[in-house]
Amino acid sequence: MVWDWIPRNLGMIGGLLGEHVVLALLPVLIGLVLAVPIGWAAAGNRALRGVLVPAASVLYTIPSLALFIVLPAIIGTRILDPLNVVVALTIYTVALLVRSVADALGAVPSMVVAAATAMGYRPGRRFVSVELPLAVPVLVAGLRVAAVSNISLVSVGALIGVGGLGQLFTDGYQRNFPLEILTGIVMVLLLALVVDGLLVLIGRVSTPWTRVGANA
Amino acid sequence: MNALFSWLADPAHWSGSAGIPARLVEHLWYSVLALALGAVVALPIGALVGHGRRGGFLIVGSANGMRALPELGLLTLLVLLMGIGLLPVTLALAVLAIPPLLAGTYSGVRNVDPGAVDAARGMGMREWQVLFKVELPNALPLILGGLRGAALQVIATAAVAAYVSFGGLGRFLIDGLRTRDYPQMAAGAVLVAVLALVVEGLLALLQRAIVSPGLRGGGRRSPTVTVGRPAPAPANPEPVPVREPAGAEP
Amino acid sequence: MIEFRGVTKRFPDGTVAVDGLDLTVDAGKVTVFVGPSGCGKTTSLRMINRMIAPTEGTVTVDGRDVMSGDAAELRRGIGYVIQQAGLFPHKTIRDNIATVPLLLGWSRRKARARADELMEVVGLAPEMASRYPAQLSGGQQQRVGVARALAADPPVLLMDEPFSAVDPVVRESLQEELLRLQGELGKTIVFVTHDIDEAVKLGDKVAVFRTGGVLAQYDEPGVLLDRPADGFVDGFVGRDRGYRKLGFLSDELPLVELPTVGVGDPAPEGWSLVVDPDGRPLGWVQGGGSVEEAAVVPGGSLYEVGSGSLRSALDAALSSPSGRGVAVDGDGRVAGALSADDVLRALAASRADEAA
Repeated sequence: MVWDWIPRNLGMIGGLLGEHVVLALLPVLIGLVLAVPIGWAAAGNRALRGVLVPAASVLYTIPSLALFIVLPAIIGTRILDPLNVVVALTIYTVALLVRSVADALGAVPSMVVAAATAMGYRPGRRFVSVELPLAVPVLVAGLRVAAVSNISLVSVGALIGVGGLGQLFTDGYQRNFPLEILTGIVMVLLLALVVDGLLVLIGRVSTPWTRVGANA
Repeated sequence: MNALFSWLADPAHWSGSAGIPARLVEHLWYSVLALALGAVVALPIGALVGHGRRGGFLIVGSANGMRALPELGLLTLLVLLMGIGLLPVTLALAVLAIPPLLAGTYSGVRNVDPGAVDAARGMGMREWQVLFKVELPNALPLILGGLRGAALQVIATAAVAAYVSFGGLGRFLIDGLRTRDYPQMAAGAVLVAVLALVVEGLLALLQRAIVSPGLRGGGRRSPTVTVGRPAPAPANPEPVPVREPAGAEP
Repeated sequence: MIEFRGVTKRFPDGTVAVDGLDLTVDAGKVTVFVGPSGCGKTTSLRMINRMIAPTEGTVTVDGRDVMSGDAAELRRGIGYVIQQAGLFPHKTIRDNIATVPLLLGWSRRKARARADELMEVVGLAPEMASRYPAQLSGGQQQRVGVARALAADPPVLLMDEPFSAVDPVVRESLQEELLRLQGELGKTIVFVTHDIDEAVKLGDKVAVFRTGGVLAQYDEPGVLLDRPADGFVDGFVGRDRGYRKLGFLSDELPLVELPTVGVGDPAPEGWSLVVDPDGRPLGWVQGGGSVEEAAVVPGGSLYEVGSGSLRSALDAALSSPSGRGVAVDGDGRVAGALSADDVLRALAASRADEAA
């Protein structure tokens, strides 16, 4: 019975899942931390924005497999180092989020910012307590795209030997065993679904004001 | 770096069925097929759902779900089930092209100024005329944005096809990886990246040529139009609340 | 002629937008639907070109039930102007205006020629023909909207709050323009607004709707201001209705002669009217001595003899620094003076006539 394969390999699947989560989400966290100040700078300065946003787009056009392979030559890692995948996905996340952050901050009503300034907020404090919270909905939308596409992209890493659940694809293909591949696909989809749902939830909880008056 | 350049400069790598030009043509061929197939599915659905202005959550949901599908898994599974051939490769890549095209078309049509649509109907356009003469031309910037995103994804991912013993520029990556031929891998990576950038640039030019000049100029009417980014289509193509035609009554 | 017979519109959620409407819109006249938001005025308008289907009752245009036949055909024969104009952003001004002629199968050349002709009619410069809507101001866009509605020369024109999104000065000039156009074209116009001033200014007849889609009163504007049917209409037409009503009365007012001076002439004591060499008023000066241009105080509004209403006559008197309103002839030359008392006497006389 082929279905036996799943229960017999639960431990292995769980291990790969854990690896997958780390490889996909660590870059989201690092990317967020990097993208907020960059996006903030881009939102405040037109010229800077004209450079940063297109540059981020160009980064995003680099194919993942190509990036995984070229990175070792640039950052001096070994070719099978998981760090390659983390760095590559961090680059994508930053590229995606810089635009989101810049757009989100740009969309904060200027009257609100002016009012906060008039009440005596200094720029740094104003950013943290006024602009950033109001930018959360757009930011969360960006994070969702980044997280979901990272979860899907990690599996390409299997081609260079570091791919979390993606290793079920290469292994299943080499052994001519479709069930293993199918298991991998379903696990990746479920993981994406759960992470996406969690991000939606975090977005809701952190922006209670967006839910009142929604029926206006 | 020098090894990379000498690999690229070697005339032996520029001829024959395994040469760069042949691989490039293969790569483009799969990509175009996949984009065409994706467009055949995504454009009508996106346009009709956008036109009806209802059921958008289905589009958003399915586009996001498809975005999460791991390409390598899909490709290996289809090849195992259908045998190696153009069809499974095209199908797997087309799945990748659908989400951005669907989201772009839907939100493009959905975001057309409701006043213009109301006026079109009020002047006596039939539903198909409203769609083809007003909604689709106005949605063009977002549709093309979706196409750019899709093209980028497909070209980047077509490299993976080499893993299942298929052609395209991915061959240099995979073969190089197997034989630890680092210059060949790097050359493949650079070629795929350059191809993606060139296609992206060409589509940007196309957009400039075929979008009505009335729709340029900072997107005053369609705030979601972005010029210059192929980008991951928004996670949520549902537009920021579009104002209902003013003066409308319950 | 457009007729509503027992028309009710109930939306799927249960709201009744229009409730048992019976109303006849006269051919060749401007009929204004006015009322607060949610009163069913726009819904009623949109039932004429079948953008909304009535739940009960019939709407007929020239005796034909709008629900019979093809909706698109019907709409091509009815001009339609909406708030914000609803222009097609991807088409040039010329192609926007040519929309309906092209739908009707005119040749492109003929449709464009017609568009150019209409741009002149609505007062748009020819060089705007190849521009796009985003390059035009709100008022210009609205002119394009009117031209587009007139393109196939439809006998009926539906206008849904067409001027409410433009600033007051532009709105005023668009209203004047519409009255001038209507004087030439004599269309059957149904015009929706929430602004009672706009309603009494433009309407040959005004239909006041109340919330819930019930017709409260349907009358000529003068009658509406004079005799509101009930408290709702009274409240809606507002506090200044007595003053506004003056706009609908015109009477031959007795003018007294008004001595004038030119710049550089010696002026008598008190206020004197300064005129240019052609006899057109420049303003007022006070006190004796030689008239210097810098001392001229701008005058008030002018009352045009014959075409002016009592409202403009009273305003001329009230806004003049000397208390004497300046009456001018058709060429803008000073014809005489009038006082507020003259206007009030004329008003009393017209009341007496009505009572008789």
